[in-house]
Amino acid sequence: MSVNFSLLIPEYVLVGVAFAVLTVDFLIPRRYRIHLSWLAAAGLIVSAVVVLVYRWDTAETLYDGLFIADKFGLFFFVFLTVLTAVIVLISHDYVRKHIRQPGEFYALMVFAAVGMVGMAQAGELLTAFVSLELLSFSLYVLVALRRENANGNEAGVKYIVLGAFSSAILLYGISMVWGATGTTYYSGISEHLAANDGNLDSTMILGFALILAGLGFKIAAAPFHMWAPDVYQGAPTPITAFLAVASKAAAFALILRLFTMALMPALEEWQVLVAVLAVTTMVMGNLVAIVQTNIKRMLAYSSVGQVGFLLVGIAALGQIEGGAVIPNALASDAVMLHLVGYAFANLAAFTTVIAVYNHLGTDELSAYSGLAKRSPYLALVMAVALFSLAGLPFFVGFLTKFYLFTAAAEAGLLWIAGIAMAASVVSLYYYLMVVKRMYIDDIPDSESESDSTPLTIQIPSLSWILLGALLVGTVLLGVYPQPLADAVGAATGAILPGA
Amino acid sequence: MNGFDDSVLSLLIVLPFAAALALILWPGDSEQLRPMKWFSAAVALASTALVVWILVRFDYTDGSQYQFISETDWLSQLGIGFDLGVDGIAVAMLALTAIAFPAAILVGWNVDARSKDYLILLNLLVGGVYGTFISLDLFFLFFFYEIAVLPMYLLIAFWGSSTRFPRFSRSKEYSAMKLVIFLVGGSVLIWVSIIAMFVEADLNSFSLIDLQRVGFDESFQHWVFPLLMVGFGLLGGLWPLHTWSPDGHVSAPTSVSMLHAGVLMKLGAFGIIRVGIQTMPEGAEAWAPLLLGMGAVNVIYGSIAAMSQTDLKYVIGYSSVSHMGYVFLGLATLHTLGVTGAVLQMFSHGVMTALMFTLAGAVYQSSHTRDIGILSGLAKVMPVGAFFFAVAGFASLGLPGFSGFVAELLVFLGLFQTYPWVGALAVIGAGITAVYMLRLLAKVYFGETDYRWESLPDLKLNEKLVAGTLALILLVVGLAPFYLIDVIREGVRHIPAVTG
Repeated sequence: MSVNFSLLIPEYVLVGVAFAVLTVDFLIPRRYRIHLSWLAAAGLIVSAVVVLVYRWDTAETLYDGLFIADKFGLFFFVFLTVLTAVIVLISHDYVRKHIRQPGEFYALMVFAAVGMVGMAQAGELLTAFVSLELLSFSLYVLVALRRENANGNEAGVKYIVLGAFSSAILLYGISMVWGATGTTYYSGISEHLAANDGNLDSTMILGFALILAGLGFKIAAAPFHMWAPDVYQGAPTPITAFLAVASKAAAFALILRLFTMALMPALEEWQVLVAVLAVTTMVMGNLVAIVQTNIKRMLAYSSVGQVGFLLVGIAALGQIEGGAVIPNALASDAVMLHLVGYAFANLAAFTTVIAVYNHLGTDELSAYSGLAKRSPYLALVMAVALFSLAGLPFFVGFLTKFYLFTAAAEAGLLWIAGIAMAASVVSLYYYLMVVKRMYIDDIPDSESESDSTPLTIQIPSLSWILLGALLVGTVLLGVYPQPLADAVGAATGAILPGA
Repeated sequence: MNGFDDSVLSLLIVLPFAAALALILWPGDSEQLRPMKWFSAAVALASTALVVWILVRFDYTDGSQYQFISETDWLSQLGIGFDLGVDGIAVAMLALTAIAFPAAILVGWNVDARSKDYLILLNLLVGGVYGTFISLDLFFLFFFYEIAVLPMYLLIAFWGSSTRFPRFSRSKEYSAMKLVIFLVGGSVLIWVSIIAMFVEADLNSFSLIDLQRVGFDESFQHWVFPLLMVGFGLLGGLWPLHTWSPDGHVSAPTSVSMLHAGVLMKLGAFGIIRVGIQTMPEGAEAWAPLLLGMGAVNVIYGSIAAMSQTDLKYVIGYSSVSHMGYVFLGLATLHTLGVTGAVLQMFSHGVMTALMFTLAGAVYQSSHTRDIGILSGLAKVMPVGAFFFAVAGFASLGLPGFSGFVAELLVFLGLFQTYPWVGALAVIGAGITAVYMLRLLAKVYFGETDYRWESLPDLKLNEKLVAGTLALILLVVGLAPFYLIDVIREGVRHIPAVTG
């Protein structure tokens, strides 16, 4: 067996960047350390460029299939590293004001990126698990980084306890699958299932259910979502954005590969289960979001709702026709498209939240009253982000939801698409309430009288540029999606060859 | 066809959206209001010029169903194309929009609070309306339909007005949210149907031309058509889901009421024809009796409700519900006369209602009340306003010589060919309309002039201009409806479900 270690050069670069950040942190004076963000972001972008150049047309496996370098992996490598780079840049002003350890902050983010990239390219359960743990451990620290803050402490403890618990469940599920099939390789599991004509014995079903529950915790699918609002609220806001966008995208990369390459032959057994999970998640997330008074909690529940939509796509990955499983490429396309669209809109929203927090020192929804007067630009970006999340036309969210629900119908799940659309209407209600606050309500009196905070919000130029880029991206992908759809189609081709 | 004909429809969509973008990027907002208003008026007139071009070039003897077709691939994976084209029905609706859009901009001249944002939203709304009327791809039809609906929220909630009744009140925020939730809820039904059609046809295409040729299964048509009928009907004010509409009309600022009752409600009826009846003839036949029943309730219930209102704008709001009932009745006949009448009624009601809201807005702006109990004898102080209100009222109750008469006559003729009893009921509805319209006119304009209103100003120049144009159109279409009827019938005769 010859192993082509040079295939992993992009990963080496990524790990190198993480250590470089840590090392430079030691060597430079304290006051320069906040500029480590530039190093981390540049390193992440470089690794994305390296992988694009180096693995553009690669379709190879390493270590007998532990690690798969294909178009799907390439797509998520680039997506996740660029995403992390953007979040690093978003953090810049926040870290300068609120975080005392910039070196650790940025290094851990890059380590998290390594874990995420591994999750997208793992072809075996334990590799996927270890990658997931690398991501989780980085996040345990990052969430709890504001030690002086009570909410931050609560978030840290909650996240580590429930995270460890869900990891244990996941690992237990993996051991069951190993017991039933004798392998943890995706290809081996798939062969085993195909040989048994998709029929699962009880150990396999239990193992699968445990894996689903474990992953359900990680992506905050209802009823495993209870940690999300508290952790989102207590974590430093850039980390909340990271949890909501990047770590979810990575988890869905893992799920997509696992469900297509390993579990597809047993579609009949898990489709209903995932569909039910999707329905509870989107109904729960969107209904509870209505009553939130804190923007981070609202966005937490809204992202629970979005996970529900994404799970609709997972449930629609195939359909049974005449006893045979027909893969549905549209669904896999749709999940990836929705992840990208969701990332743009959600990052724009969180960047606004950070800018408002840096100015007013609060995340309460009441602080958003009259935002259009404080800063028309911030209000515009927030409105566009929320409209895109609600799935309104002109913005990418409309297209990705349309795609997603069409894919669901294509797999015979029109009823779920209907529920998802209804949930989408509910979400429009609470998004519109924020828009109403920003544009129609006035700035609260008590604040406009106190002279300590100036009325208008000054946006640092870096944030201004990022907000603009996210805004343009949200609109551009909404009106010209063909290039992205082609990229996503190529990624789908790697995990669903027959479709 | 020459090059301009191929791109005129794309231009018609791009123009308002480009104007909105230009306004967003327009530097400064408070001191440069006048140039922005002139700019918007120029855009509105330019789009009207494009529609006039389409009207002139439209060939109603052509025989092919859609004209001015332009097709551009947009997303190959789902077979979505940016396909545009018009038939006679769409052309009539374009004409209506081309009248209402500049009128709304002109009437909105008086808006001074944040008028930049106001103009941006108006342009977006109109872009959505044009887009819905000319899209031949279901994705884009739905896309523009949503765009047309959503700016309403901010337009009503910010620039609108709340209403206080003796025992309760309707805040503008409430009305705005009610409107959006109702309409977006209705669009869920439309969305489900669109996707169901895509999957059922299995052509990997959302193109309406393709889907209209499919000939769906009868059972499929039977469950999808009602979804479309209710989903689109909701925006048309179909009873019993009409309650958002009077609230929305009343709370909206004048120019938005004009566009909303004048044009937006027509999107609903248009959708029933374009997506519902044209793709599912058998479904339409099966469900026509229900549409007929609901339409009849619309007519009777709407006019009775209008009779008991004390607020000037609520009267007009409920009269819209009642008048849209004729549209549904006409569609439900599935008879050439009835459907042609329905489309003509859409046009005529759009113009008439825009005129009425202009006048009601003028009264409210100077008197700060819309209470019919207090307002009286305004004809003495605002004779021009009274004259035009009388014109609108006569058109509304179907006096011969105005467009409303021709439209309702065609609907009645269609009804007597198919469901004579319902026809009789509809005529009674027209009678009730006469009662409340004449009573309103007598009280508000021709009663004793109250001392409070003695110094009330008459219409402003921009309002006179708008009212004069709209009234003239009502009269011209009433006296010489032939061209419009021919154009509409060109569209109607291609619908397989429509006979006679």
